Order: sequence, then C-alpha cells, then structure tokens
Amino acid sequence: MTAPVAEERHTISVLVDNEPGVLARVIGLFSGRGYNIESLTVAEVDRGSSLSRITVVTTGTPMVIVQIKAQLSRLVPVRQVNDLTEENPHHIETELALVKIVASGEQRVEALRIADIFNARVDDTTLQSFVFRVAGTSETVDRFIDLMRALGETDIARTGVVAIARGADRT
Amino acid sequence: MSKDGLTGSEIVLRALVDQGVDTIFGYPGGAVLPIYDALFQQNSIKHVLVRQEGGAVHAAEGYARSTGKVGVVLVTSGPGATNAVTGLTDALMDSVPVVCLTGQVPTHLIGNDAFQEADTTGITRPCTKHNYLVKKMEDLPGVMHEAFHVARSGRPGPVVVDLPKDILQGIGAYQGPEKFSQTKYQPQIKGDLSQIEKAVDAIAKAKRPIFYCGGGVVNAGPRASQLLTEFVRLTGYPCTLTLMGLGAYPASDRQFLGMLGMHGTYEANLAMYNCDVMINIGARFDDRVTGKLDEFSPNSTKIHVDIDPSSINKNVSVDIPIIGDAGHVLEDMIKIWKARQCRPDKDALKDWWSTIEDWRGKNCLAYEPGAKVIKPQQALERLGAAIKGREDVFITTEVGQHQMWAAQFLPFDKPNHWMTSGGLGTMGYGLPAAMGVQVAHPDALVIDVAGEASILMNIQEMSTLAQYRLPVKVFILNNEYMGMVRQWQELLHGGRYSESYMESLPDFVKLAESFHAVGLRATKPDELDDVIGEMLEVDRPVIADIMVDKAENCFPMIPSGAAHNEMLLGPDDQVEKPISEEGMVLV
Ligand SMILES: Cc1cc2nc3c(=O)[nH]c(=O)nc-3n(C[C@H](O)[C@H](O)[C@H](O)COP(=O)(O)OP(=O)(O)OC[C@H]3O[C@@H](n4cnc5c(N)ncnc54)[C@H](O)[C@@H]3O)c2cc1C
Ligand SMILES: Cc1ncc(C[n+]2csc(CCOP(=O)(O)OP(=O)(O)O)c2C)c(N)n1
Ligand SMILES: [Mg+2]
Repeated sequence: MTAPVAEERHTISVLVDNEPGVLARVIGLFSGRGYNIESLTVAEVDRGSSLSRITVVTTGTPMVIVQIKAQLSRLVPVRQVNDLTEENPHHIETELALVKIVASGEQRVEALRIADIFNARVDDTTLQSFVFRVAGTSETVDRFIDLMRALGETDIARTGVVAIARGADRT
Repeated sequence: MSKDGLTGSEIVLRALVDQGVDTIFGYPGGAVLPIYDALFQQNSIKHVLVRQEGGAVHAAEGYARSTGKVGVVLVTSGPGATNAVTGLTDALMDSVPVVCLTGQVPTHLIGNDAFQEADTTGITRPCTKHNYLVKKMEDLPGVMHEAFHVARSGRPGPVVVDLPKDILQGIGAYQGPEKFSQTKYQPQIKGDLSQIEKAVDAIAKAKRPIFYCGGGVVNAGPRASQLLTEFVRLTGYPCTLTLMGLGAYPASDRQFLGMLGMHGTYEANLAMYNCDVMINIGARFDDRVTGKLDEFSPNSTKIHVDIDPSSINKNVSVDIPIIGDAGHVLEDMIKIWKARQCRPDKDALKDWWSTIEDWRGKNCLAYEPGAKVIKPQQALERLGAAIKGREDVFITTEVGQHQMWAAQFLPFDKPNHWMTSGGLGTMGYGLPAAMGVQVAHPDALVIDVAGEASILMNIQEMSTLAQYRLPVKVFILNNEYMGMVRQWQELLHGGRYSESYMESLPDFVKLAESFHAVGLRATKPDELDDVIGEMLEVDRPVIADIMVDKAENCFPMIPSGAAHNEMLLGPDDQVEKPISEEGMVLV
C-alpha cells in the first residue's frame, strides 16, 4: 500500500460572469463531485460590473486540488481561476465575524479586554450583552470566538474568507 | 411574421436555420405550442415526432455522432423536460453535441408551481455542459447562437435552452450568428509545441509502445482519425481503442489490437500493462479501462492528449500532458516526427511485436459455435460476414453483453459508424439512436444490436420508424436474461439470479408486425444466415429475434477491482483470487 497523500488547504479565487445560477453551478460542482468547501463567499466585484468574485477555501490532495481548478475552469460562466495558495503564498486572507456575547460581571469586563487585544469593535451594547465586530485570518477569528465562548452564551455570524493577491498584479 | 419584428418562436427557428439545422427531434406540449405553430408554417426544418422525449434525445445523439453536427431536440415543459434528463446525461458522459430546447411556463409564473412547471435549469445543471433560461426577449438570439457554440466547441456536450412561453410569443428582433462570433467560451485547440516535442521524443525512444485512443479522436472529426492512422502506421506501433473510440483506427489493420478494458482483448490489455510508453489520444482513463488503478500500466511513461484539462490527471497521473484538439496535436506530432526523421527502435519493436503476437495467439475471443443452439458471438460473426465490404453500415447498440460482443465481433473501419452508450450505459439507447442515424443517412444500413431487455425500454420508437419509413434493423440477441446482470451474479454473487430473468417477454415477431415492421426469428444456427439475409433484404424496419444461448458469458473479462494481467479468458478460467471487498463495491 502506498501511504495516503496528505490533504492541503487552498484558497481559490474564481472570477465569474454575474448571471443567474452561477453560484448554484459552483456549489453543485463541489457537492456533486464530493469536494470539500471550508468556506465560500461571493459578491459582485463592483456595482454595475458584470463580474463577481467567488472565494472558496477547500481541502484536498494535490491531485484533487488540480481537478477542482480544472473543473471550475470548465464552467462556461467562469472567466478566471486563481489558486492563491499556490500562486501567491503570502496573499491576504481575511474574514469578518459578528460575535454576540451575553455575560455579566467580571466576564463582561474580560470580554471587553479581549476585544481590545483583538482590535474588535463594539457594534452594540446592552447591559447584558455586546456585539463585537472582529476581522482577521480565520485562525484569529476562531481564537476570538473560542475565548468569548468561555465567557458566556454566544451567537456568531461569520462572512467566510475573502482573499486577494499581494502586489500590483491584478487577477 | 409581424410587422415590428419576429415572435420568439420565429427567432428560435431562424437561429436554428442559421446554425445549419435541418432536422429536429421532438414532442409537443402546451409550453412549446408557439414553436410548433411556427414549425407548421415553414419548410426549412424537418421535425421528427418521437414517441417519448427520452427517444428524442438519443435520436439526436445518433444523428450527431453519425454526422458530426449538433443534434437538436424540442420538448415541452415539466414532464417533457424531465423525460429528456437521461438522454442529456448520456450525451454529457459520452461528449455528444446536443442542443435541447425545453418549453417553460411564462416568466411571471416561474416559481409558482404552475401547471407543468419544473425547475428545468436546476434539474439539468449537473447533466448538461451548460444551460440557459431565457428571461428577456433581447437575450434570445444571443443565447440560441451561444448554445450551439458551446455544444460543439471544445469537448462537445449537451446544452439546454429553457424557453418560457411568453418569450416564445413575444416580439423581438433577430440577430444572426456573426454578431456573436466573439463569445467568451474559447477552449484551447492547439497543443503546446514544446510538450508535443517532448512527447514525440518519448514516442521515438520507446521500446514497448502502445497507442491507446478513444472517443476524443472521433469527436475531433474524420480527419483526426486519418491522421491517427497515418501516425500509427508511420511508427509501426500497436494501437488499441476504447469502446467509444472504435472506428478511429481501422479494425482490419494488423497494428490494431482490438478494444481494451474490462471486456477488451488479452493482447490489448497485456500490452497496456507491459508497455513502456503509452500514447493516450482522446481517451479518459475510464475505470472500465484501467481496472485496478494502483496496478494500471505500472512502468510506462504516459502521454495524454485531451481537449479538456479536467480529463488530465483525473484518475491517472501522466508524465506528458498536452491540452488540445486530437486532430491539431496529431498533425503537429506527425510534422515533428517527419522533420526530425525519427525512426523507431527496430529491434525493440520486433521483440515487442513478437510478444504481442504470442498474446494474440491465445485467440481470446474464441468460442464454441453451437450446433443446436445459436451462440451470440456466432450470430454477430454471421452478421459481420453479411455486411462485410459495405461502406454504408452504421451500428448502434443497447447495453449489456450483446453490446460488448458487438464491440468485439463487428469490424469498425471508419469513425462515426458506431454509436453506443459508453459512459452512462443507458439501456434503451440503441433503437432511438439508430432512428437518428437513419434520419441523417436515409439510404444507409442502420442496425441496432439489442438485448431483449434493453429493447423494451424504448420500444415505442418502432412507431416512429413506421411513420417516417426508417428501415432500421433491430437485431435482438435474445437470451431471455439481463445477461450482463446474470453474468455478474454468476461470477460475483454465487449464482443467485435475483430478478435478472426476463419472463413474459412479448412475441417480438408479432410485436414487429403490430408496429408495421417485419418480424423474423432464428432459433437454430442453420437459420441464421437466412434470417440475416432477409433482414438486410427488406426495405422496411425489421425486428430479428435471434434466440441465443442463455448461459453464455462475455469474455475476456477483468473482474472489477482486478488488474489488466488478472484477466479471465473463459468459463474454465475461474476467478483465482476471491474478488476483494474493494472490488465488490465497484460497479
Ligand atoms: C457494459 C459496459 C461495458 C464497458 N466495457 C468497456 C470496455 O471493456 N472497454 C472500454 O474501453 N470501454 C468500456 N465501456 C465504456 C466505458 O464505460 C467508457 O465509456 C469508455 O471507456 C470511455 O471511452 P473514452 O476513454 O474513449 O472516452 P470518451 O467518453 O469518449 O471521452 C472522450 C475524451 O476525449 C476528450 N476529447 C473530446 N473531444 C476531443 C478532441 N477534439 N480532441 C481531444 N480530446 C477530445 C474528452 O475530453 C474526453 O476526455 C463499457 C461500457 C458499458 C456500458
Ligand atoms: C436504464 C438502465 N437500467 C439498468 C441498467 C443495468 N443493466 C446493465 S446491462 C443490463 C441487462 C441488459 O439486458 P439485455 O438488454 O437483455 O442485454 P444482455 O446483457 O442480455 O445482452 C442491465 C439491467 C442499465 N445499464 N441501464
Ligand atoms: Mg438479454
């Protein structure tokens, strides 16, 4: 038996024509072929433009990652596929989360202190709760959420990863 | 035609005509009545009325595969569209260019569970190359032209255009295809020259080479098959073809080793296993071909030419990938081979061929012809003898043992003359496909090699044959079993023939007659030639019911999960290792 090939995590940026069904096509491709989606975000690249950018974070063996890119490129409305992890290992990746915490007393003070360390902004306050807005890599957001969970009841909304290559080159 | 423009339906038909369409296969219904009305008032497009929408798609596939043109289907919304799904999936798997126009409820009712509404673009998204829902009148001409462009360019495939009834009845302006020539979908056709040079280098240095070619060569057009033949002969190397590639290289040629794969020949599979350079042109390393992946051709340098990057490194990692059209790449390969005055390694090649001849000497397709009972192989050999030398023969098949025997025993010397459902393996494909072929080639001899189970899946199309006087010959190898299922049950499930026998079969002779066709039957070997003779003689649709040995199995066979060198050659060759658990879960 050959040793199992390790899975890698890749962030893939997909520029697509802004047409109905294009997101369903991309998602259907992943579910239909059994690929993983860790996170997926989509939005128009600018208002009125006919393009959207889909950022997918996926995991798979190197052969599967190559397949994913080839399969994405094959979709008719897909204009461009960039594997940021491969092409631009130091690309910028960020995620935003809104974290609601219900806590009182010392927990409440601690929550504020941690939010300060993470540069999280307070978007809403009541006497029983805060809503923090935190941004950073997925790991940063994970850590922030874990700390908040230790302090009280939480509600979480995350955007998923958006990413872009460093430098002047445009994708 | 109205004063201010054309109706949507008229635009659809104009676009079809401008795309070179002269025939469509369809079935009417409420949502497409405007198109049927427009069809009624014109003469450029012939409409063939099938008996079930599934038949329309297979007919379009047969039409497309035998002509190289795009096959066109027209069906209504809801059940019309859902009936087309199997055919669309079939066309996707086998890379057949088809445009399927589906009716849809009017735009303002979409999403309301209106009468005969189905989410056609949603349902067909995973089984088409692309699909469109036309929601605005002004998009209609562009979408129609783009649909044809997408269906036929690159790796061909099925495209659905969903047409709401209000669009068909609305008024708009038509624009011709020239307006849309710069569409965004432009697959790579020319292969990378430095890769091609590397490939030619490896090919020239090979000691135990093999060409393994497939449906992609057929897709690339008849010239690609000529180029393949030229290149294979130039090198003197052996060549094997997949089920989908049969005809891309002449079967009668000495350098042809027969089909490879699960039911391929001993010589082809062993040559694949033992080769040092594999030249794959337009084949997709399908599991029916590779067998056990870890042991697939373990010591070879692999060259893979394919127009679809997603076919490359999908199942098997290759050493020299070349993305491009088979015809263009072959042309470059030949040019470089000639310019460099490449010469194959004569001594090595002589040794290689002598090994191959030993394998060939096993005569792996041999069978015992019956004296009392017709062997299916025998029936096909007699059929092969009867059509030998005829240029105008097209063979389609259903799915099962008969399909494999047809692939093994009938000779295919030209591309586009063999249509079978390979990737999806759709029982019921053969009859409607033959119908589509016959529509495209009215004077040709079109034979559907069928099983008695498969033929019942689209038997209704016999009625279409009668209506359009299409003299298709249905040659049933009747073993009163779902033979292929029975064979797997015998080999893998302890002979427990669960639900694989065919009881209460119709009398196919009477069935033929009731469909205004000729019914014939052979039950003994000495009746074969007469029945075949008469079948070929009459200028009407025929069902020939050939009663064959019920217990015959199709060999050679690579059991699922086994490697190329673990082939079973015949009934005495029992499965040596018990089939592994891994193998048992494979289809
Ligand atoms: C019961 C049963 C048994 C079977 N047993 C066998 C068997 O023993 N042996 C066998 O071979 N098959 C067998 N098959 C068929 C098998 O399932 C596959 O359909 C077949 O092997 C695929 O053929 P292919 O590799 O030629 O690919 P195709 O499906 O024909 O695909 C063509 C490939 O060429 C590429 N291509 C398309 N156009 C071009 C172009 N212009 N230029 C370059 N590339 C292009 C495509 O991207 C694709 O990768 C069986 C099927 C059934 C139903
Ligand atoms: C639509 C469909 N259903 C089921 C199958 C599975 N299947 C493959 S071959 C086969 C039996 C075919 O029987 P028959 O047409 O009599 O051909 P034979 O194998 O006997 O030659 C079946 C059921 C299939 N390929 N297609
Ligand atoms: Mg049968």
